[in-house]
Formats: sequence, structure tokens, C-alpha cells
Amino acid sequence: MTRKQKRLSVIAGALVFLGAATALTFYALGQKASYFYMPADLQAATLEPGQRIRLGGLVENGSIVRGQGTEVAFGVTDSEETVKVRYTGILPDLFREGQGVITEGTFGADGVFVADSVLAKHDENYMPKEVADSLKEKGVWQETTQ
Amino acid sequence: MVEMGHFALVLALVLSLVQSLVPLYGAHKGDARLMAVGGPVTVTGFAMIGLSFTVLTIAYVQSDFSLVNVWENSHSLKPMIYKFTGTWGNHEGSMLLWVLILSFFGALVAAFGGNLPATLKANVLAVQGWIGTAFLLFILITSNPFARLVPAPIEGKDLNPILQDIGLAVHPPLLYLGYVGFSVCFSFAVAALIEGRIDAAWARWVRPWTLAAWVFLTGGISMGSYWAYYELGWGGFWFWDPVENASFMPWLAGTALLHSAIVMEKRSALKIWTLLLAILTFSLSLLGTFLVRSGVLTSVHAFASDPSRGVFILGILTVFIGGSLALFALRASSLTAGGIFHPISREGALVLNNLFLTTATATVLIGTLYPLVVEALFGEKISVGEPFFNLTFGPLMLPLLALVPFGPLLAWKRGDVAAVAQRLMFAFGAALLVVLVTFLFIDGASVFAALGSGLAAWLVLGALTDLALKAGIGNVAPKVALRRFLGLPRSVFGTALAHLGLGLTLLGIVGVLSFEKEAILVMKPGQVLEISSHRLRFEGLQPVRGPNFTEDQGRFSLLSPAGQPFAEIMSAKRFYPVRQMPTTEAGIKTIGLSQLYVSLGDETTDGSGSVVVRVWWKPLVTLIWGGTLVMMAGGFVSLMDRRLRVGAPAKRKATDKKPSPVAT
Repeated sequence: MTRKQKRLSVIAGALVFLGAATALTFYALGQKASYFYMPADLQAATLEPGQRIRLGGLVENGSIVRGQGTEVAFGVTDSEETVKVRYTGILPDLFREGQGVITEGTFGADGVFVADSVLAKHDENYMPKEVADSLKEKGVWQETTQ
Repeated sequence: MVEMGHFALVLALVLSLVQSLVPLYGAHKGDARLMAVGGPVTVTGFAMIGLSFTVLTIAYVQSDFSLVNVWENSHSLKPMIYKFTGTWGNHEGSMLLWVLILSFFGALVAAFGGNLPATLKANVLAVQGWIGTAFLLFILITSNPFARLVPAPIEGKDLNPILQDIGLAVHPPLLYLGYVGFSVCFSFAVAALIEGRIDAAWARWVRPWTLAAWVFLTGGISMGSYWAYYELGWGGFWFWDPVENASFMPWLAGTALLHSAIVMEKRSALKIWTLLLAILTFSLSLLGTFLVRSGVLTSVHAFASDPSRGVFILGILTVFIGGSLALFALRASSLTAGGIFHPISREGALVLNNLFLTTATATVLIGTLYPLVVEALFGEKISVGEPFFNLTFGPLMLPLLALVPFGPLLAWKRGDVAAVAQRLMFAFGAALLVVLVTFLFIDGASVFAALGSGLAAWLVLGALTDLALKAGIGNVAPKVALRRFLGLPRSVFGTALAHLGLGLTLLGIVGVLSFEKEAILVMKPGQVLEISSHRLRFEGLQPVRGPNFTEDQGRFSLLSPAGQPFAEIMSAKRFYPVRQMPTTEAGIKTIGLSQLYVSLGDETTDGSGSVVVRVWWKPLVTLIWGGTLVMMAGGFVSLMDRRLRVGAPAKRKATDKKPSPVAT
């Protein structure tokens, strides 16, 4: 091989590598990005069975039911619709009724949302951004700035 | 007093403007006197910002609530150490720390850059001045920590409790020393572009700065990871959270820069690429600052979101990244290309390293920015998390890690893979043995676990093989080998240590991901839980009053096989009344390299004193952070190399010894 051919083959190799990495990245974005819904958005949404989504809203007042051991069920509401959520594990420190939460998981066959993670807040003033934006659009909640 | 700090900050801005313009003009005109202005102005600017920072710290220590910033983030009952560290536990204070460190690096260049060509030094200081000016303006216009509050309240609103932690005291200064340290590389790159000249000596000047910044960034990321691990009570060490990615991207790019600078220094090849990497690395640091400080992302770092701040930093970002890349596009063609080399050689291996690392940086960048872009364009809210990164970042890292041991053994210019492979036979065989032993003899070991442990062993043994071969162990008499070993350049030790540390971190990650045991249950007092052959007894809850919190302490005893308690673990649920905020204080017991992690949930309502408990057995988990310490040690050792001490930058070793007066 001449020097030029060598250089070209190296460049071609690098391009193939970059192409593969790009393809993988876009495939992964299509497959692995999870969408965010509020309860009222769910009717318009078409979800495949077993599709992972993030469900956000406020914890419905009086809806927290503790079951056996660490099982817990609660309602997530945006004041229009409410979705029942089931979760096993320790809830985040700032999980309270009337507070914003984001849960991630899939819908079970019985229509109950089975969450495998309930997102923790870091601060008492902090409403998960997605939840805050959606609630503001609906006019349900206003930011309280001190 | 407070006004003095404010005034010093304004003075620093003026000095920074002088620093930005005068040396640059001097370098352009070839006027030595104007160029000489740069040094003293930079050092004085550092002193002014230092004074300003000290004043703010005193205000925190004295709980001066006439400052809005102190009132919002402090409390008179807060323990003294957190009053002190709370100085940078908020947006304004942390930005002040940012410019303090920036000016600190500027002052170091001014003080120890005596052997740089005068024009290069003048230009570098000027570019540092531009960055300083932009961020000082940002602080004074949008985030002034010295804003007053009249009348002064009697009591403050307290610091977010999860930030009241020793991890927070260390993480931001270390991280900033890394982030901002890359500004020096950036300034050197832009200065080289302004002059239109770049050579191997340039790489030798830039490398110590890159190394120092890299060491600190490694420490900062590692500390942040450990903090999240024990303070958030979830026991995870990495969440692929955008905020973490923001610091990880400059690290990946900086690691690439570290390696490409070697090629440039030794072989004067890859000049233009190294220059571009230097610009990109600091650009990613700026992007990280933007993501974290602007409030685009909600996280523990986003103390308050104020749109004007986001727009301001975005402006800085655009000007600096856009400007430097435009300059690069204009001037790069005028730089001479460097030496040529065979694809299979040390240079080739380092190019491959760069290809993998920059591609990995790009995937992290895409994964981090994609949700923001999608939301801005289509209003759809999506999240990109661990599954995405496992599918993209993982496959990129695995081949890179597998190739690491080859790199240092290949010869410059033209290498012989077959010969290197032969030398690595022992390491390869041993790694294969680790795979088999893990797979066959450890219960529940998956293929991933076996291959992962093997890869980690391969990295560790590969690094040791490199040292052994270079010392000639086995080929020459033991005495000679020992002498040769001790006489090896420090940079060889540095490389080996860094690669070894990488292997240890990988081993820790594989250990936790594959062999972690978890139990979530309701425990009654006296109940014993058996987890991974450890027996843990719950002794009961007891209320305790702390300085600015109350807590329910759960006491647990570790039982010996005979049933005797031999160690105690405390895990608590704290409540901070000022912020009305509960936190979880995990109880962690280190056993060998592994840890038992106990986190409390809610007390059951039946009055039996039972409590929801989550217990993890985390095998080898300490290696994750231990490995990063070894990597940092590698960086330090490499900084001590004679090559970097003697010759052109004679006094440069000062960079590695910096006591960082602000950090402690």
C-alpha cells in the first residue's frame, strides 16, 4: 500500500467507527428515552404494553395506602385524572400528600401503574420541573416564590 | 466590612479588564513593558477576589443576616464547619469560588511562567483575563453575593440539609479546581492560535496544567459520587444524572487531551487536534457550568432559577466557544502539521484512545442535551437515563479498556503488536483465569460479572506488566532490575498507576453491579436479618436532638456467628425544622473492601416500634472510589516527572503542590 492508501484506510476505519457509534446512539435514543406523562395526557397517548414511561403529578390527598411490608399504593393526580400507582420500597424523604412526584415504571394488566422508582426531591421548595410546568399550564399550581 | 468585599470584587473586574487588553496589545506591538503588565495585574486581581471571598466567608461564619445570601442559606445554629463551607453551598458563593479559582490559576501562570516566551505568556494571561471579566460581570450583574437586606432578619433560612455534609465541603472546590484548571489549557490554545505558532514545547507547557486539572477533576467527581452514595440514602454511586454528566464530559475530553498532548510533546504530531481538544475540554467545562448554574436542570445544584442568569451564562458560552472555534477555523490551517507515524505504534494507540474517548464524550453530550433540545423544539418531555448510556457508553468503553494495556508497551513510530501480545501473555492468562474462577466458583456470577472481573484484572496486571518489563524484571539480575525499576521515569509510574486505578474502579463497579445483595423489610426491635452471611440485629429506635435537627436513630448490631454483637451501625431519619425537611442518614459499615449499607424508611404506624429498613451488601464498593484515588496518585506522580520539572518550565512543579488555600 502506498502512504496515501494507508492514510485513506485509516480514515475510512475511523469513519466506519464513528458511523456505527452514531447509529447506535440514535437507536438507543429511540428505544431507551422514556416519555413523561401527566395522568390526563394518558388518554391521548398510545402506549405499547410494557412501555416504560414516567408519570408525574401530585400525590392525591388521602390516597396513600400502606400494604404488607414495604408495599405502598397511592394516587397520582393532576386534578383532572388520577392514576393509581403501586410501589414496593422505601419512599423518598420528601414524599408527602399533595406534593409533586415523578414515578417511573410500566402499566400492569390491571391498569395500575407499577413504579420501580419514585423520584426524590432534594429540597422542600422544589417541584419536579416537568410536573411544575404541566401544572402551571393547567393553572392548577403556581410557583410560590419567597 | 461587607462593602469592602463588594468593592474588592469591582476592583477585580477593572483589573481583569486591564489584564484582558494591555498584555494582548503589548504582544501585538512587541512592547515588552505592556506585556509585563499582565503578571502583576493578574496577581493583584487574585488578591482582590481572595479578599472578596474572605469577606463573604466571614459574613457566613458570623451569621451576618444583613446579607441576602447569608440569610437565605445559613442559620445561627448551624454547626460551625457548615457555616464555613456554606459559603460555597449556594449559587452566588459558588460562582465567587469559581472566579477565585480562575484567578488563582491565572496568578500561578503569572508567577511560575517566567520561562515562557514573553508574547505567549502575555497572550495566555489576556485570555484568562477575558474569561475572568465575563464571569466577574456575571457575578456583579446577576448573582451578587453582597446584596444587602434591610432590615436584617434575626434568623436565617438555613442551608439545604443534604448540603450540610463534609462531602460538600470538599466536592465543589475540587471539582472547580478541575473544571477551571482546564481554562489554562484553553488560554494556551487560544494564545497559540493568536500567535499562529505551535510546537512541541507548547505541549510540554500545557501538559502539567492538564494533568493538574485532571487530577482535581477526578477527585471532584469521585467525591461527588461518594457524597451521593451515602447522603441520598439510595446507595447508588452513579445515576447518569445530567448534572453528573456535566462534570463527566470535561473529564472524558480532558483524559483524551492528556493522552494526545503526550503524542504532541514526544513526536510533535497531532498538534492541531490537541489544540482543538484543549478548546473543547474547557468548552465542556463551560457547558457544565451553564447546565448546573443556569437552572435549566433541576437538581440539588440548582439553588435558584433566575432566567437572566441562564441567558447570561449562555451568552458567555456562545462567545467563548463560538469565538475560539471560529479562531481555530481561521488559524488552524496556518499551523504546520506534525510528524507521520505508522497506524500501529504508540501514537496510533493514543489516537485510538482519543477516538474512543471523544466519541464517548459525544454520546454523553447527546444523551444529556437531547431531552433539553426535544423539549425546546417540540415541547415533549422525555428523559434519557441509564438504559441509554448502558447501550451507548458501555460498548464504547469496553474495547477501549481492553486495549489499554497495549498502549504503553507499543513502540513509538512503528510498533509490533505480535511482540506486545507476547509480552502480555502472562497478564492475559491470569485475567482469563480470573474469568474462569469467577464464573465457576462464585455463586450467582453472570457472564458479565466474570468478563468484567477479568477485564479489571487485565487492566491491573497489564499496568504491572508494563512496569516489570521496563525494569527488565526476569531478564536481568534482581539487583539490576531493582535499580532500573527505581530509576524509571516518574511518568512511567504515573501511567501505570493511573491505568491500575482504572482497573480497580472497574472491579468495584463490577462487584457492586453483579454481586450486590438487597433486602427491604419491616424490622421489629430485636429482629435479626441475615444478608450475605452477615447477621444484623435491629436494636430499636431512639430520638436524638442535634444542633439544628432532630433525629430518630436506628441502632443495629452486627452479630458474630456465636450471636455476640461486635459492631454497631447507626442509621437515622433526620428532620430539619427550619426547612421542614427530612433527610436519611445512611448507616455504613466497611468490612474489608465491601460495605454494609443500612437506610431507614418510615416507622410503621402500629406502635410496635417497627421500621421499614433497606439493607444492601455492597461487595468491593470502596474500590470504586479507591481506584480513583490511585488514578489521582498516578497523575501526581506523573506531574513530578523530571521532564516536567527540568528544562523549559523549570518551576512548573508548583502546580501540583498547590495548597489551594481556598479549598480547605
